[in-house]
Amino acid sequence: MKVSGSQIVIESLKKEGVRHIFGYPGGVVLNIFDYLYDDKDIQLILTRHEQGATHMADGYARSTGKVGVALVTSGPGATNTVTGLATAAMDSIPIVVLTGQVPTMLIGNDAFQEADIVGITRPCTKYNYLVKDVNDLAYTIKEAFHIASSGRPGPVLIDLPKDITAAQCAFNWPDKVSIRSYNPTLEGNKWMIEKAAQFISKSKKPVILCGGGVILSNASEQLRELAEFAQIPVSSTLMGIGGFPSSHPLSLGMPGMHGTYYANMAIQESDLLIAVGMRFDDRVTGKLDAFAPHASIIHIDIDPTTIRKNVEVDIPIVGDSKRILSSLNHALKEGEKPQWDEIRRQWLKQLDQWKELRPMTYHYVADVIKPQYVVEKLYEVTGGDAIITTEVGQNQMWAAQFFKYDRPRTFLSSGGLGTMGYGFPAAIGAQVAYPDKVVIDIAGDGSIQMNIQELATTIAYDLPVKVAILNNGYLGMVRQWQELFYKERYSYSYLANVPDFVKVAEAYGAVGLRATRPSEVEDVIREALRVRRPVFMDFAIDWKEKVYPMVPAGAPIDQMMFEEEPKKEEKKLKAVK
Amino acid sequence: MRHTISVLVENKFGVLSRVSGLFSGRGYNIESISVGETLDPKISIMTIVTKGDDQIIEQITKQLNKLIDVIKVQDLFEIDHVEREMVLIKIAPKQELKGEVLRLAEIFRGRIVDSSPKTYTIEITGDEKKIEAFIELMKPMGVKEFVRSGKIAISREMARSK
Repeated sequence: MKVSGSQIVIESLKKEGVRHIFGYPGGVVLNIFDYLYDDKDIQLILTRHEQGATHMADGYARSTGKVGVALVTSGPGATNTVTGLATAAMDSIPIVVLTGQVPTMLIGNDAFQEADIVGITRPCTKYNYLVKDVNDLAYTIKEAFHIASSGRPGPVLIDLPKDITAAQCAFNWPDKVSIRSYNPTLEGNKWMIEKAAQFISKSKKPVILCGGGVILSNASEQLRELAEFAQIPVSSTLMGIGGFPSSHPLSLGMPGMHGTYYANMAIQESDLLIAVGMRFDDRVTGKLDAFAPHASIIHIDIDPTTIRKNVEVDIPIVGDSKRILSSLNHALKEGEKPQWDEIRRQWLKQLDQWKELRPMTYHYVADVIKPQYVVEKLYEVTGGDAIITTEVGQNQMWAAQFFKYDRPRTFLSSGGLGTMGYGFPAAIGAQVAYPDKVVIDIAGDGSIQMNIQELATTIAYDLPVKVAILNNGYLGMVRQWQELFYKERYSYSYLANVPDFVKVAEAYGAVGLRATRPSEVEDVIREALRVRRPVFMDFAIDWKEKVYPMVPAGAPIDQMMFEEEPKKEEKKLKAVK
Repeated sequence: MRHTISVLVENKFGVLSRVSGLFSGRGYNIESISVGETLDPKISIMTIVTKGDDQIIEQITKQLNKLIDVIKVQDLFEIDHVEREMVLIKIAPKQELKGEVLRLAEIFRGRIVDSSPKTYTIEITGDEKKIEAFIELMKPMGVKEFVRSGKIAISREMARSK
């Protein structure tokens, strides 16, 4: 029996287990939307912008581990997905974006709403397709999901000309795909794993660096087993947050530019770094020549290109983090049984001293809201049981530093691309996946305005997403850099005319709440969580507040700047080293 | 160092653009690239000449391997191989130099592939040095234009490892 291309598209998505699509219609995808009109199994979430749809698919994917799907039209619809694709590509997030395309006979004619989206997105997708024959459709979709979700995951785009979605053919769903040129290595090299175990056994001052790959490969348990068994402290990168419990005694918090003092000191003093699913980004390493000068490096990653890209590695292990960590744990337990507690005593004691010397703190004051206080209160009131998304800038760093994440897939943030406007739609995507969970976007007044139109989406689908706007009237991180490195020349970082977010929320039909004093913060949060509706919480925060510690770009990570102590207190700045 | 890298790819729409986009996007340099079909018409082979230190070349080969459509990457630097390129050179020599042009073409085992009352077009095949030497020799003779192919290369069957 022959069916239409549109039917093949939707039925193929169902075969892949898709229940939700984030989308926006337009001329050349009307065939598919028409088929969806009668469909009962798939819910299309109609967004207000295609960028929103792509970030929602991304948030859905990050929070669930499944492939997120977006469906948009050609031309501007397709080009609006580019930021979402690049965001997902940088952070290795599996999404499939379906774009409409003008009919095949018009391709190349500069037709109405035509864009060479396959050409445009080639560098920001893991792979992309232009389907030119309806007979290839089902297989292409199967292959796209396979590529998006396997190996180092990433976004895949499928461009669907209008005549292809109208054409008829038999629907044959392939059982499996095999691509001769694409076979990601999953099992780590045994010899290397043995050698890694030996290095760990000999090491006196090891540190585990937990990256986003730990979350992507669901390796948190194995990582925790390794850390606890061999008593190794763990520092999670921004992408790795939640991969190891933040509240664990062995947790060092985040490394790098806005990392903790003790994480950066530990790395610099360490004799062995065990890097799992991370890529030594410049925000983590600071000045490369001065990074971890005493450490041997074990680098576990599924993508061979990340190995030796930035740092020299002693033991490279290519493969799936979960499998490799399992084997590594096994190898460690097989071998001789060192008295780990004894061996690590000195090192862990040193770490405790660093933690004591410079804990993650800020200066609470009674008359103006500190952003860190808001984040802490969010943690306190939710008990940590929430999915947190962030925008980009100061809000992102405070959310990373002052909320504790004990489970994977509960901190969603655009790490690689640093996309302002990501957090709100990502929160909506996560809320669609988990309607009963508390989902909070920690935002700034700048970022939230980049996709604020999606408020309408939360209302339309009754999605009770909460947005905590840390409102300082500035592009705070830009302002911070200008204060510190550009002689306080605040060039275009002051956002005049920040809207009244309470009224904005109300205009869309959501709830708007505001706190201007610290004493009001907790009440606002409690009220926001009480109402089962989307809420904007507008926190008027101290505009002078900066993110600390801070390593200036290009400096070694142990050259940190700290918040100035209030004048009354004694200075205790001397480092232990 | 200059490396010649041989890349087997799926003969698919857009594959050349994926490969060249990788080089431009990551700031690697392509000195020449040539593409052609192989025995299996579904597979093409690209010969890419590029430059970089060991770390860059390692990244280039890894990044190429990472492309979904790339089947195999071989850095011929480590392998004994034969390299060839070709030049088509159009010369308009003065009457008294015509004999010299033909003599040099013969020494270089060139072929006259086109001639007109005023010009000869000569085809020369060889490694890069030979091609460049011939071009240098022809310059004083009145070169009108020339076209060089990219380099192609193939590994030797005997003594594959240097």
